[in-house]
Amino acid sequence: MVDIVDIINVGLFAGALRMATPLVYASLGGIFSERVGIINIGLEGMMLTGAFSGVLATFGTGNPWIGILVSIIVGGLLGLLHGLLTVKFAGNQIVSGTGINIFALGFTAYMSQIVWGSRGASPNVQDLGTVPIPLLKDLPVVGEILGNQTPLVYIALVVVVLSYIVLSKTSFGLRIKAVGEHPAAADTAGINVYKTKYLGVIISGMLAGLGGAFLSLDHLSLFALGMSGGRGFIALAAMILGGWTPFGALGASLLFGFTEALQMRLQSIGALPSQIILTVPYIVTIVVLAGFVRRRIPPSDYKPYLKD
Amino acid sequence: MTEEVKMSQKIRQLLVEIWSKLLTLLQGAKPQIIAILGAFLVGTIVLFASGHSPIEAYGAMLAGAFGDIYGIGQTFTQATPIIFTALAFLFAFKSGLFNIGAEGQLLIGGFTAALVGTSFNGLPVFIHLPLALLAGAAGGALWGFIPAVLKAKLGAHEVITTMMLSYVALYLTSYMVNYPLKAPGWVPQTVLITSSAELPRILPPTQLSASFILALIIAGITIYVLQRTTIGYEVRAIGLNPAAAESSGINIKRGLIFALVVSGAIAGLGGAGEVLGVHRRYIDGFSPGYGWDGLAVALIGGLNPLGSVLAAILFGALRSGGMSMNRATGVPLDIIFVLQALVVLFVAAPRLIRYLLKKGGFKW
Repeated sequence: MVDIVDIINVGLFAGALRMATPLVYASLGGIFSERVGIINIGLEGMMLTGAFSGVLATFGTGNPWIGILVSIIVGGLLGLLHGLLTVKFAGNQIVSGTGINIFALGFTAYMSQIVWGSRGASPNVQDLGTVPIPLLKDLPVVGEILGNQTPLVYIALVVVVLSYIVLSKTSFGLRIKAVGEHPAAADTAGINVYKTKYLGVIISGMLAGLGGAFLSLDHLSLFALGMSGGRGFIALAAMILGGWTPFGALGASLLFGFTEALQMRLQSIGALPSQIILTVPYIVTIVVLAGFVRRRIPPSDYKPYLKD
Repeated sequence: MTEEVKMSQKIRQLLVEIWSKLLTLLQGAKPQIIAILGAFLVGTIVLFASGHSPIEAYGAMLAGAFGDIYGIGQTFTQATPIIFTALAFLFAFKSGLFNIGAEGQLLIGGFTAALVGTSFNGLPVFIHLPLALLAGAAGGALWGFIPAVLKAKLGAHEVITTMMLSYVALYLTSYMVNYPLKAPGWVPQTVLITSSAELPRILPPTQLSASFILALIIAGITIYVLQRTTIGYEVRAIGLNPAAAESSGINIKRGLIFALVVSGAIAGLGGAGEVLGVHRRYIDGFSPGYGWDGLAVALIGGLNPLGSVLAAILFGALRSGGMSMNRATGVPLDIIFVLQALVVLFVAAPRLIRYLLKKGGFKW
């Protein structure tokens, strides 16, 4: 007989926060891209490439922080590629994103065989460890959930607040939204539309790369084939469910992180087939998108903006 | 002026001439051809930079894909499901819809076909086989119908809903073959279908099945429906200009639902073909991403059925040739996915190709 406290306890919530973290980064990435009017289906591939390049750099230098930096840079470069193809060359955003996803899967698998001679997984690298926060960690319940997490979990929460401030309280945020909602008007108002779009999609890639670095350097401390495992797509779902806002995305990521943590628990005690719970984020997103709960309207029509 | 300088000037002139001829040739070529060439060019750099001989790798790939009967069979076997998913993507796209959920429709179609294929015993082939294929098409159609209705009635963006439904399909079928319908043993799969539901193999000893023929027939039907029928005309009209289509009396909602349901049915039939022709049972996760390949192939094929068939054969050849390249030279198989992705990235932005060709006309 499985006791309910074996499933639902502080460990579950701490796990939910950890599982939510990569989704938080990637869904924030999704927001920055969509707010400038570019759909970023390539989040998945950017995460995967971030995960790979982070481990590769850590493998070379022995310093996971350098690995994280490299993940962010490589993610940003893929964002730039997506920007070049869809802004400068007005290519199709879905196709470009799909290309990035296929490229990431193939390229990381190829390179991991070249570097480590294994298609399955890299050797273990130095991880980030946990950062117990004094005072907070001694609190009951809250301390057990929040007080003893890894650095990237804390940084994710900071990035949520920062994203909110940037988007809502700064002129850069205003420019971002203007460019996504009404590029022609933004152009007339003297905003550099292309530059803003590039910045948005580069930030998007950097955040997705960081989300990938969490998976490989923080969560597992190695690179495994296809380890992003569809999280880029769940992040898109979290972005939509959160109404394209940072705190909304955080909430949705926590919900999806919770279902993933719950799924792992239930699977480990064999209570409920994991596949059923794994469908939850997707079904929730479809229901929300269909407007059964509360209508979510995208912030842009995502058309390429062409100056003649 | 010395003889040497004159000579080198002549060579230079010749090179410039060849280069400009080549450029004119490329500028006249279809962008897809240039995309494929561009991808192989970048692939050459990747191979070279990682310490492999590009000539050896591409040579082994070509020999593997078309060198013997086994390779050819393997090429067409690998191409078959991608023909279906490409046609599925293309059909929805003609109405302006982006169905990126062919993967899920293929999985559901394969699963429903397996259900019918394993359920009956003693039926004659001419009843059981069509029934199983029909079940596959119906399963895929259902998986297209859901996002179609959500789009037409509620305005839910089909890119997201079809993508999300793919994952639902993946986990749902995985659950079914891991639990209620699991065959005895360790592998999550159904039992074998009865022989009366099997699609025959057409090139023994390879796995190539009649599903390939079926794919070609569906390609033909797709051309016919889009070009020669009223509903096909309506679908294209909606895709070209929904407002104009509506004002000329076309029922947009009906057209969109039709396009996505047919799209799903085609993908579902592709799944059925894999299950009934190749695996003879539903195996968990049997698709390595045929749905996404279909999207790429439809675009490389210039969004027309015939081009899609050719592009699918190219992808099939890459996969089949890639495997023997891996065995012969030790180059990781994954280089072929890099090549495929590069083609897609080039195709994504036709302006990029034009830009590169213009830049290629630099002064020597």
